Amino acid sequence: MSATVQTLEAIERPPVSMGSRLEGELLEVSMGPQHPSTHGVFRMNVALEGEVVRKLKPVFGYLHRNHEKLGENMSYLGSMPYTDRLDYFCSMTNNWAYALSVEKLAGIKVPERAEYLRVILAELTRLQNHASLLGFLLNDMGAWGTPLMYAFREREKILDLFESLSGSRMMCDYMRFGGCRCDTPPGWMERAKQIVDRFPHFIDDLEQLVVGNEVVIGRTQNVGILSPDLAINAGIAGPMLRASGVNYDIRKVDGYGFYPRFKFRIPLGEHGDTYDRLMMRVLEMRESLSILKQAFEQIQPGPIMNPKVKIRAFRPPVGEAYGRIEGPKGELGFYLISDGGQNPYRYRVRPPSFVNLTVLEDLCLGHTVADVMVILGSVDIVMGEVDR
Amino acid sequence: MIGSGVLKGMAVTARNFVGSYFDKERLITVQYPEERNPLPENYRNFPFLLYDGDDPHAGLRCVACKICEKECPPQCIYIVKSDDKKPDYMGKPQFYPKVFDIDISVCMSCQICVEVCPFEAIKMDKDFELSRRERFEALLLRKEELSKSNDYYHKICPTDAPEVDAKLAEAAAKKKPAPAAAAPTPTSVPAA
Repeated sequence: MSATVQTLEAIERPPVSMGSRLEGELLEVSMGPQHPSTHGVFRMNVALEGEVVRKLKPVFGYLHRNHEKLGENMSYLGSMPYTDRLDYFCSMTNNWAYALSVEKLAGIKVPERAEYLRVILAELTRLQNHASLLGFLLNDMGAWGTPLMYAFREREKILDLFESLSGSRMMCDYMRFGGCRCDTPPGWMERAKQIVDRFPHFIDDLEQLVVGNEVVIGRTQNVGILSPDLAINAGIAGPMLRASGVNYDIRKVDGYGFYPRFKFRIPLGEHGDTYDRLMMRVLEMRESLSILKQAFEQIQPGPIMNPKVKIRAFRPPVGEAYGRIEGPKGELGFYLISDGGQNPYRYRVRPPSFVNLTVLEDLCLGHTVADVMVILGSVDIVMGEVDR
Repeated sequence: MIGSGVLKGMAVTARNFVGSYFDKERLITVQYPEERNPLPENYRNFPFLLYDGDDPHAGLRCVACKICEKECPPQCIYIVKSDDKKPDYMGKPQFYPKVFDIDISVCMSCQICVEVCPFEAIKMDKDFELSRRERFEALLLRKEELSKSNDYYHKICPTDAPEVDAKLAEAAAKKKPAPAAAAPTPTSVPAA
């Protein structure tokens, strides 16, 4: 926590000397947008002194697709499938955040079974997101493929669950304002229980693979330290904030959905380095499993949709609402202003990966180029959400 | 001891490697074109139009109300309403779509057209082998290609299809006692 993070002002860029002085000159390298480790089309302009990063400027916008403006020209229902495409790893939580803000806007109640199902799906999403993130992170560190394939094997089981429930593996488009679209098919709960019961084996394997591994420790410990002060000031949320030791989880703070009914702990990091961020995901997966087990016990048959809600020609009253949830990557929020029409007057997304990416320069300064990839991997970004 | 963490990791990979040959659960790949995994009931991939009976024109349930065209988020449906009317499954004269196109290069299979359709006329298909040799015309599905029989729907959705049939039969039974209600409504034939 006491590690010094160099700020941009502290770094003097040496004057350009027309090649007369080789020592001390900065070399500018453009990493990306086609770099395999940038998790999409993300570009960083890095100024290097030898191999050490002295300056880093992220360049966004290669995947910009006008998401917010599209949402303002679309009915409230029409935006739901587009939210799947924000963070395409976690479409269920995106759906939930959007449904939550519309429900807040129009004051809609959600039936009990639907709320439980939402918790189950959100936690399954968290499991598969964290699992694949760890795989990608180890991939960036040079463990080519193996941990990633183990993670994807588990992810595939959860995606199969999503497919049999919603009809699509990744673009689920499952939740609606006032509930969920359809009830679970027969035998779905049993399959989900089975997968959740076996999931700890995967986490054990992963821990054995990672936790004590000297290479992983060497690459991640004391790399990319994020101080709690900077994390709070920059508005970082999610596992990245908690890895810095700040106890802030919207599941506990807001208590949205049925989260207050479950007993679970919030893991906290101590150093805020890449290793803490990595372990945070492992620990969160274990907590997600305990939430899932409680949810499977508590869920009861019942209606899944609030019958008063009109899906078509839905017009919420004039007003504004901000609904937020603890997505796997951090605080995901939708801000909606309604003027009483069929389309929202303003539709704004608060994407966790974009906000978490803003401190990338502070994390990377003073580290080598090879560490930049590891730090970027530990931030957990999905470009569909960063650029929108 | 330095290196013990790496060795532990190696043990995991070795266990996984051996397991991939002997563990029944791990042997999950199928030889695709010959062998196929069954698709889940809810699987969805591109919409199609339902017709009752054998004649795709006479049995088409769509009445060209254009609700799906309006609600479709990427606007991939194009409908032109007919000038004349044909009897629907209850014998009531209704318009039908003269043109009904879905551009499947635009469609994102979100199922919203199915949800908003009040006539159970459009449903999600399960056909995913849609490669074409041409980019534009071949991916624009016309009414003729989109129309599929109710038997096909029963085949791909063995649970949902009987429910839909029961719902329609119930609605028809409700309407039957008052055939006077089927009197021609004020027509608003578009000039086109």
